[in-house]
Amino acid sequence: MSILIPVALVVAIGFVLAVILTIASKIFFVPVDETVANLRAELPGANCGACGYAGCDDYANALAEDPSIGASKCPVGGADVAAKLAEILGVEAGSAEPQVAVVMCNGNKDAAKTIMEYQGLSTCSAAKQLYGGLSACAHGCIGLGDCEAACPYGAIKVCNGVAVVDRETCVGCGICAKQCPNHVIRIAPAKNKVIVQCNSKDAGAKTRKVCSNGCIGCKKCEKACKFEAIKVEDNHAMIDPEKCKNCGLCAKECPTGAIINMRAKRKPAAPAAPAAEAKEA
Amino acid sequence: MEFFTILVSVILVNNYVLAQFLGICPFLGVSKKLDSAVGMGVAVIFVMVLATAATWPIMRVLESLEIGYLQTIVFILVIAALVQFVEMALKKFIPALHKALGVYLPLITTNCAVLGVCISNIDEGYGYAEALVNSAGAGIGFLLAMILFSGMRSKLEGNTAIPKAFQGVPITLVTAAFLSLGFMGFGGLV
Repeated sequence: MSILIPVALVVAIGFVLAVILTIASKIFFVPVDETVANLRAELPGANCGACGYAGCDDYANALAEDPSIGASKCPVGGADVAAKLAEILGVEAGSAEPQVAVVMCNGNKDAAKTIMEYQGLSTCSAAKQLYGGLSACAHGCIGLGDCEAACPYGAIKVCNGVAVVDRETCVGCGICAKQCPNHVIRIAPAKNKVIVQCNSKDAGAKTRKVCSNGCIGCKKCEKACKFEAIKVEDNHAMIDPEKCKNCGLCAKECPTGAIINMRAKRKPAAPAAPAAEAKEA
Repeated sequence: MEFFTILVSVILVNNYVLAQFLGICPFLGVSKKLDSAVGMGVAVIFVMVLATAATWPIMRVLESLEIGYLQTIVFILVIAALVQFVEMALKKFIPALHKALGVYLPLITTNCAVLGVCISNIDEGYGYAEALVNSAGAGIGFLLAMILFSGMRSKLEGNTAIPKAFQGVPITLVTAAFLSLGFMGFGGLV
């Protein structure tokens, strides 16, 4: 008989708890917002955080709560996703301008001088802690590939000691820019194809001493530009992305080759391009 | 003064993770990042105090019926139901706290550290107030271990100097062992 008391007790406790939980689930029922689930389904799920929120779930939540933050914050999904999100929310889609990462350094192994034979941990952040890195230039790409390791899309690679962005694969999420200890990587509109590939604000003579590809602040580009899009400040040329028309005159004038014109590079492939466009049409 | 002794004892000397090896699973699983480690630690403090508040009176009932051997199974039942209930209530009334504790609440429903602290409160013969202080201390000790360990793990992250055979779990366990060794220095304090 003695076994009956414990059995009855455990059954009773279990029953009471089950009843309490069932009632509680009715009383404390919180309606789940369907828009969140719908929004989340449209987002790419890369969880890269480029929208400024902690992952796709967070962005969907924030968007459902306040649609005015804009449906166009996802650079991975681009305009397609923005349009779908806006449709769910019933608002106008803003324009999601495609952006890409831009490496503001061309101090490759042939151009930039090194100050040490670095054999430590093979990451930029570790190298940076040791006398500011292995390169003589304190502003340039360290070239140990923290950005390459961080990129979820495989869009940035270190070639010849300098990080190079594949502008086709890059979605402009900015994860690499956060990793770079020298802040060499910037997120810029993809439409701008003429780029100053130097980050140094040192005086021209000093820059020239450490790297043959650096911007020396000579202002030749400033004079060459017909649209007043390029300005030299702190010994460093800056291109205004709004004013620049990608003409490439500055790149031709630059004595060190610090400015490059990405458009010029694509010319050999030009005959194939119209054919591809015709197919799409 | 007695409460102070209990706190020092359970936070430093008899730290649940590092000296008694309870709650190793969340200790290793959720300590990769500092913010998730803190979230887990706070949730553990919360659940430990709550579980003790509920199980201590229940133990008195079990003892009066002379069926103290049912301790483990009844405690698990009560703790699991309690955490579920609290989670639902939090979601309804304090969404901010629910968001902060987030996924960690259901995760530690049947955690051995939570069960362990409830049982040890009984075994030590603590009164109700002492038991609650002991539980809070155990939770604080867990939080402390989580914060320290997440700091150590962030240094291991991406460290290429670790031999391949040691990468991942092995080096994590070795690191945990060193942290545990460090806490042995508190032995004999109380």
